[in-house]
Parts: sequence; structure tokens; C-alpha cells
Amino acid sequence: MTRSRLGRLVLPLVLPAALIALWWWTSSSSTTFFFPPLSRIVKSLEDDWLFEQVGTDLVPSLTRFTVGYVLAVASGISLGVLIGLAPRVRRASLPVIEFLRSIPPPLMLPFVLVVIGIGDNSKIALIVLGAVWPVLLNTVDGVRGVDPLMLDVARSFGLGRATRIRRVMLPAASPKIVAGMRTALSIGLILMIISEMVASSNGLGFRVLSAQRSFDSPGTYAGVIVIGVVGLVVNFGFLVVEARIMRWHRGARRVEM
Amino acid sequence: MTVLDIDRVSKTYGAGADAVTAIDEISFTAEPGELLCIVGPSGCGKTTLLRCVSGLMAPTTGTVHLDDRPVTAPPRAMAPVFQDYSRSLLPWMNIHDNVTLPLKAARLPKAEREALAGDALASVGLGSQGRKYPWQLSGGMQQRAAIARALAYQPEILLLDEPFASVDAQTRADLEDLLLQVWDRTRLTVLLVTHDIDEAVYLADRILVLSPAPTRIRKTITVDLPRPRHQITTKELPEFAHLRASVFALIKSADRDDPPTDDV
Repeated sequence: MTRSRLGRLVLPLVLPAALIALWWWTSSSSTTFFFPPLSRIVKSLEDDWLFEQVGTDLVPSLTRFTVGYVLAVASGISLGVLIGLAPRVRRASLPVIEFLRSIPPPLMLPFVLVVIGIGDNSKIALIVLGAVWPVLLNTVDGVRGVDPLMLDVARSFGLGRATRIRRVMLPAASPKIVAGMRTALSIGLILMIISEMVASSNGLGFRVLSAQRSFDSPGTYAGVIVIGVVGLVVNFGFLVVEARIMRWHRGARRVEM
Repeated sequence: MTVLDIDRVSKTYGAGADAVTAIDEISFTAEPGELLCIVGPSGCGKTTLLRCVSGLMAPTTGTVHLDDRPVTAPPRAMAPVFQDYSRSLLPWMNIHDNVTLPLKAARLPKAEREALAGDALASVGLGSQGRKYPWQLSGGMQQRAAIARALAYQPEILLLDEPFASVDAQTRADLEDLLLQVWDRTRLTVLLVTHDIDEAVYLADRILVLSPAPTRIRKTITVDLPRPRHQITTKELPEFAHLRASVFALIKSADRDDPPTDDV
């Protein structure tokens, strides 16, 4: 490993390490209930999250998130292509889309609970309702922005409609779609937590809320830390996958600039 | 026998008082194996004409026939090469996949696709570059790839829209010679639109000189320079200079308001 590569791997760890050290040091002698020593939080992390609540709370949370996110992306892309390709459908549906996406998704929770019930499905539905919009709107944008010359090429070489969409339009729109998917990722994670704070019996959000309600201050912090780590891992994972899939886009852009 | 028959094709954009006639009753034919160049002043409807011929756009009036069948959509027997290679090649596919995509769409078996792509890439000098992405190649090489894609499609007619206008002069000469080589071997019918008079005279069997918009055919010039042509010796011939001058004069006088002379 070269020196610069080592530096690039180590650098992102320096600030977190410093912050943790600072937290440890300032909280070590704290007696305030709301600011427990980090050592007690770590103890709580060990006791609850290694690995007792991984199976009972983390896995159910991530399962609901994954299902909801995949559904949001799939429906966002397919509806987005449909709307992007048909100007009339777009004009007809735009007011409805703008109305629906202006409603803060947490406000939809009571409605979803009444309509779907209190099981996993309502939580998944809430994630879909919040995460679908950035994917949908970016797909519409991306599909409309496809270079007309590329479409001429596709038609001239006899590519059928389905092939044109799959091999030309979607890849051409993919930089925008991926940007929408990234926004949807954060929204999905937030809604995963929120959906678990109402009418729930497990999950990360449920755990944090119940720790707080039982005056378990270190447990509350521990839950928040787990949520942060989940977000970090999911976002990094997304970036790694994106860098692989969108390699052509970076390469092509570098040449243009 | 004619392979391509353009009969009184007009294209008008818009309607009523705002209507703009881009091309006005253009008629010409192409014989099999002929290399036809279309030259015109900038801003004349060259691209409109080519889009009508290729079936990408319906003419307002008039008809296009390919092998006696009317062209209403892009026909299987035509393959295009566009000026802007960086937008006509798909950047998310490597060169090989760019060349084979149309063959896949035509449902050719894999072995045949591979053979056609291999031959086409080799014939433009990109035999070993198939795994590279378009943006990893120079402009000239990208345009070679676009030509390979058109050749692998096995058309009867090659349509080229200002194919060499975006590369430097040296590459341009190389690509012109490459086109002549390919044409000599395949004997495809070639329809090439250009604004470069030298290029048209150097390449063509016949040159259609267009007038400014509303575009008509101003004159058809037969180029009987000997083949094979050569960048230096051909261009030194007095006939070359003479043809070049007469095309130039036609385009120059087309800038003025005198009536076009349609002696096709």
C-alpha cells in the first residue's frame, strides 16, 4: 500500500476518533442524568446490542427498510419512466404528485395505521410514501433529458421500444436516478425510525423511545449511536455500489471537463 | 436500377404565417454502390434532408423509396453515422457492446454477432480496442467505432451526417481514406452530407449542391476523378481544382438572391 493510499484510508478516521476521545474525557466524571459517562453508554451498547437486540430489533428494522426502499425505488423508476415518456400523463399527474409529496410523510402515519393496520406493512408503506418522490421526480427529469441524438441512433438501428427504454433511456437517465435514490435512502432511514415510534413492538425507533420512557439514559444514547452507525454503513455501502455501477459516468465526465 | 429514390420531398416546420420551409421539393436518386455527397451552405436543410431520407422524420410532402418500398420508419437497410460521436456512441457500453447492440436488437445469433463485430472493428483498425469505453478513445477512434457499428449492421446504404466535422485535419484525412477503403471493399451505397467542398470532391461520384433555405438542389455535379483516390496526388490534379472551384462558385452564388437552376 502506498503512503498516500494509507493516508486516504486513515484520514476519515481521525476526526471521529478525536470526537469520541473528547466525549469520553468530558463525560467521564459527569453525574448529570442527561449526560451519562460514555463508559456507561458503551456498557449499555455491549449489554443490549451485542448481540441480544440485533435479532429482535435491528434485523426487523433493516428488513422493513430494505423492503420499503426497494419498493420505493422500483415504483419510482417505473412510474417515472411512464410519466417522463408521456407528456399528457405528466401534465395530468403533476398537481397530484406535487400535492402528495408536500405532505410530510410522518403526518401520513395515522392515516396509514388506520388503513393498513399496525403490522410491518404500515411501516413499509410509510417508507415507500416518503422515499418514492425523489426517485420518481428524478427519473421523470432524467428520462425527459435524454439526448435526442441518442434516441435517433437507437431508432435508426432498429431498437424496439422496450430495448430503447432499457438500454438507452434508463442508463442515460441513471445519473439523475441514482441521485434521487441517494436522497431516498436518507428519507427511508428517517421514516424507518419514525414508523417504529408509534404502534410498534420492536425496531430501533421502538428501542430508543422505550429506553427514554424508562429513564434509561445510557440506553437511549446507545440506541441513537446504533442508528447513526446504521445510517453510516448504509450510506457508505450505497456509495461503494454507486462508484462501481456509475464508473462510466465518472469516466465520461472527466473527459468532457 | 436505383436503390434510393427521393421524390419531391419537402419539409415545412410550423403552420400558417410562422411556417418555415426547410427543404423544398428535393428529388434525387442513388444507384447501388454510388458514393453521393450532399454539399450546401451552412444553415441549409442538410440535416433535415438526411432525417427525412433516413425515416427519422416524415416529410411534409413527397416520398422516399428504398428498393421500391416507401420509407416511413428507419429501414433495416440503412445505417447512420452522425457528426457528434461523443453523443452517438453510448458511454455506458464498451465499443464492442455499442457495435453489437443493434445486432442483438435484430436478434442475430451470438456467434454471428461476434463475427460481424470482430470484422467491422478490425476493418476500421479497432480490432483490439473492443473492451474500451468510447470516452477512453480519441475523437477519431470514436468515429471509427461509430463507422464500425454502422458496418456491422450490414446495411445497403450508409448515411453519414457531417461525419468528419468534429475531428482535426489530419484525422479527417485518415477517416476519409478509411471510408473510401471500406466503400471500395463493401460497395455500399454511401450518402454523405458535408459542408466541406474539398471533402465532397475528394470522395464523391456525384455531388448534389444545395441552395440556402428553402433548400433545393442547385446542381448535380459528376466527379470523374480517377480511383483509387489519394490525398496528395488526387488533390493535385487540375480537374480537382476545377471541380472544387465550380462547387465553390455554386455555393457562393447561392448566397445571393438569384434563382436556383434545377438541372438535375
